Amino acid sequence: MPGNAPSKTAPAKMAISTTINGQSYDFLCDPRQSLLEVLRDTLHLTGAKEGCNNGNCGACTVLIDGEPVNSCLVLAVEVAGKDLTTIEGIADKGVLHPLQQCFLEGAALQCGICTPGFIVAAKALLDKKPNPTEEEIRFSLAGNLCRCTGYDKIVRAVQAAAERIQSVQPSGGTPQRKQAQQPQAQQQQSQQQQ
Amino acid sequence: MNGSPISYSDKKYKVLGTRPIRHDGTDKVTGRAIYTNDVFFPDMVHGKILRSPHPHARIKSIDTSAAEAMDGVLAVVTSKDWPELKDKVAELGEGAVNLADLAGNLLAMDKVLYKGHAIAAVAARDVHLAEEALSKIKVEYEVLPAVLWVQDAMQDDAPILHEHLRTDHMGKLGDKPTNIATHLLFEQGDVDAAMEKADVVIEREFKTASVHQAYIEPHNSVALWNEDGHLKIWTSTQGAFTCRHQVAELLQIPISSVTVTPCEIGGGFGGKISVYLEPVAALLSRKCGRPVKMVMQRDEVFEATGPTPGSYVRVKIGATREGKLIAGEGYLAYDAGAYPGGMIGPGSMCLFSCVDLPNARVNGYDVCLNKPKTQAYRAPGATQAIFAFESVMNELADTLGICPIELHLKNAAKEGTRRVDGPIYPRVGLVECLEAAKSSEHWNTPLEGPNRGRGLAAGFWFNIGLKSSVSATVNHDGTVNLLEGSTDIGGTRTSVAMQLAETLGIAAEDVHPKVVDTDSVGYTDVTGGSRTTFATGLAAYEVGLDLRQQLCQRAAMLWDCDAEEVKFDQGTFSRNGDSLTFRQLAEKLPETGEPVVGRASISKDVSTNAFGVHICDLEVDPETGKVRILRYTAIQDAGKAIHPSYVEGQLQGGAVQGIGWALNEEYYYKDDATMANASFLDYRIPTCYDLPMIDTIIVEVPNPDHPYGVRGVGETPIVPPPAAVASAIYHACGVRMFELPMSPPKLWKAISESKK
Repeated sequence: MPGNAPSKTAPAKMAISTTINGQSYDFLCDPRQSLLEVLRDTLHLTGAKEGCNNGNCGACTVLIDGEPVNSCLVLAVEVAGKDLTTIEGIADKGVLHPLQQCFLEGAALQCGICTPGFIVAAKALLDKKPNPTEEEIRFSLAGNLCRCTGYDKIVRAVQAAAERIQSVQPSGGTPQRKQAQQPQAQQQQSQQQQ
Repeated sequence: MNGSPISYSDKKYKVLGTRPIRHDGTDKVTGRAIYTNDVFFPDMVHGKILRSPHPHARIKSIDTSAAEAMDGVLAVVTSKDWPELKDKVAELGEGAVNLADLAGNLLAMDKVLYKGHAIAAVAARDVHLAEEALSKIKVEYEVLPAVLWVQDAMQDDAPILHEHLRTDHMGKLGDKPTNIATHLLFEQGDVDAAMEKADVVIEREFKTASVHQAYIEPHNSVALWNEDGHLKIWTSTQGAFTCRHQVAELLQIPISSVTVTPCEIGGGFGGKISVYLEPVAALLSRKCGRPVKMVMQRDEVFEATGPTPGSYVRVKIGATREGKLIAGEGYLAYDAGAYPGGMIGPGSMCLFSCVDLPNARVNGYDVCLNKPKTQAYRAPGATQAIFAFESVMNELADTLGICPIELHLKNAAKEGTRRVDGPIYPRVGLVECLEAAKSSEHWNTPLEGPNRGRGLAAGFWFNIGLKSSVSATVNHDGTVNLLEGSTDIGGTRTSVAMQLAETLGIAAEDVHPKVVDTDSVGYTDVTGGSRTTFATGLAAYEVGLDLRQQLCQRAAMLWDCDAEEVKFDQGTFSRNGDSLTFRQLAEKLPETGEPVVGRASISKDVSTNAFGVHICDLEVDPETGKVRILRYTAIQDAGKAIHPSYVEGQLQGGAVQGIGWALNEEYYYKDDATMANASFLDYRIPTCYDLPMIDTIIVEVPNPDHPYGVRGVGETPIVPPPAAVASAIYHACGVRMFELPMSPPKLWKAISESKK
């Protein structure tokens, strides 16, 4: 973009190499540019959204080495040599991730601006904790703000995705164990929905 | 718990009431949906706005020369760049605006009226250079005293914002400078005589703080003023046509030379109807000959865009010993923010909207003060008024020892009830919602434990009609492309497409809805007023009838008969044993003549109605004043729930916004009259950790003004929560709260004082 042209005040650019969604990327950036700015404006990975630019809303959540971070609070120069996952890397070669599928089926989005951040943050949770309780889901996603849904359907979508991932990958536990681990609230809900 | 709707209709539908995946869903879960900030042009530059640090000041001078001289800066604009604008009122669909005020709000003229008021704008090669340039603009101010609370601003000795402003008392202008822009009065029956006869009279005062819509996507716009004079805008707006209208008027150019493309919109709730950035980006683009992108930061969103009014409300009701309301009187003073034209009109109409009250009087005041110009926020004006009224109703129930549901049922607005501002309700569903509450599992499950309480409240909002246009093309594979002008904030592409699918007897997935720019579809009013699924849905129904008629003619051509002989039922065309499904007929269209294209546009003056009832269980921590919501049920008459999941979503989302308004959201002002909490962290909308699941019960009392009985559902759910929460707090700890938010410091103080 035009901003890359040199100006009197712009500091010298730095060359950064990193991995994003399994692909290696090299880019030039100002030391003052955030990761979010570079992802969006330089690399045109616009799935991470800018909601507040100060780490309050979570719409720009990406994974750095598997950890969810607000990309607006990370300087782009800090990701040299790291392994990044953005919302663009969540679906697998044309197949939606169970989280994405469950968000769609469960109507867990309205305006959709917070959705990429929620899906990335929820993936980080489920990667570490395949069977989270409702409390754990709510705690893990408390850094992601949604103003449309009241969170009900988002939490349910994450519960449904956890269940779906477990049923496809029994390595997370035997069926009996899985049943036992299900949070009580979730059992009640699935009964009520049936 | 979200079960099947409770229906009061025997009509059976094939598509309506099902839960298909929304048409734009995949783009939104993969990050591919294009919001305004995702629009790029190779030569695009970035605009930023210089804002006032003072809440009230005269601008003595602005020197932009140092900024203009900076390398990388391409243009600087101030209010001098506006064409001359006379006082002229433009209708925006859900409210009106004076254009001179609007221009002054977007780039201040001679005074700044609130902290954050825009003064100048810069376009530069990148956003950091633009920010540096802002710091080089020198502004000299004469600081003036500021006023922030509506009752203070109404005093004779208050600082005056607009020297020319005179109060409009029901069409008659006052004779002295004032901050009171409007005084309105609604009255029916003989209030004073009826109040005399009442066995019980309750009169209470209520205050509510300013709150923000707090959409997650900040305001952002891209403008390109082409060398040929055509202005193209990409923006986050609730109404592309309304945006076009405002931009053309402010820049004094024909509407035909403006094209507005509504990008995906990251929440609006009423706050994205007025323009903020679009005309400024256009001025910058004209000056520098490049596309200009402007994105607000979150503090700018809080400090310079639409909070909804803070309010002072006084309500007095008179009732018989048995709980029958006989008289009501209301006094509402709403802050309009920096410019006249707040939410006092709908607030006054809604005050007594939930009850049948033959003797009622409402005085309303629209008052200017040194906050950002207020904007609509989901049922604008209703929440403040109904918090007050429903709180008094709940106190009456407690006083008389009557169950609040029975008290509401005894007084409920129903078909034939005349609202205080005049309209007589057609068939409405408040009684049915109350019955649903009464028989709900939630209401019938005892709430146990110390410091816990349950509260209930009703709420109301209109469905405005206004204008919508759609067009539709039948594809040869049996699908239909649907073009519409209603921006889609929460899934309305799907709820509108489903109504067309139902009308044509095809699957929801076989309609491809698309929200298009202002050159590509007929005029359509804003997505607001709970109108899109109702009114644009009506247009979709009508375009379906148009297509059906054209397709009957094609079938008649194939069968060599009159079109009247062709019957259409559930997606199949038939005559005397011949029959073709919609798809089979579509496949034959190329051989029968011209493409089949339908159009429909509607203009509906009527406004219809949606009622809701909420039940809230909560626990108060008496040591800290913190409230935890334990269980919540939102019940609402949806007329016909087109897509029940998205109706539930509206109920849940609205309820949670109302809970935020009730418990912690507010513009918190420091002693220097500037906002202390202009960030998401400090303003703190509810997070998912603050809430339980939000249960919903959808009631379906068909709307007589819509062929499928649809009522818009979006706005009503924000209205009941504050009064429901307040009542639950009273039942939990015996303290009545009269002020929003009922935040821990206020509740703790009230609990402490009650123990003295």
